[in-house]
Amino acid sequence: MIAEAIASLLIVTGAAFVLLGSIGLVRLPDIFTRLHGPTKATTLGVGAIVAASSVAAYAVNGDISLRELTIPLFLFITAPVSAHLIGKVALKDAAARRQN
Amino acid sequence: MLTTAITISLVLVGAAVGLTLIRLALGPTMPDRILALDTLAIDAIALVVILGLLNATALSFEAALLLAIMGFVGTVALCKFLIGRSIID
Repeated sequence: MIAEAIASLLIVTGAAFVLLGSIGLVRLPDIFTRLHGPTKATTLGVGAIVAASSVAAYAVNGDISLRELTIPLFLFITAPVSAHLIGKVALKDAAARRQN
Repeated sequence: MLTTAITISLVLVGAAVGLTLIRLALGPTMPDRILALDTLAIDAIALVVILGLLNATALSFEAALLLAIMGFVGTVALCKFLIGRSIID
């Protein structure tokens, strides 16, 4: 019962953070600020949803499964790499626009 | 209670997908669109994990991990192509 309540809270929190990241993606003014928005969706959003999945599996089976946590681990490792590459593309794009 | 929470979160993530699609369509520059595609992959991971919770299946974990890997590889390939016109150097 308590585990189910915790899982419900975690899943709604995570989904709210995913929505927040997309709102940031739409409303922020330029690409360098827009890079900041969806990071909330990758870290807190997916992290909380996966934690909710882990807690719900504990409520059903009675044993804690930690293999779900490889998803946020992978995202935490790859998010800086893709953000760096998108930043490089944006810099090159801005430089090309300034020349024209 | 968990079913209600899953319904609410599916609506929230669906709205997030809609907003991301708006940015994908509007996005004035290419990096904006790449960022929107990356965010779509993240939203898809969230959706798959939530649907796995709804159906009480452990199979969705593999699908979510595959989506994470494919989203990252796609983003890196697009960025490398736009930087240097070559994906592998």
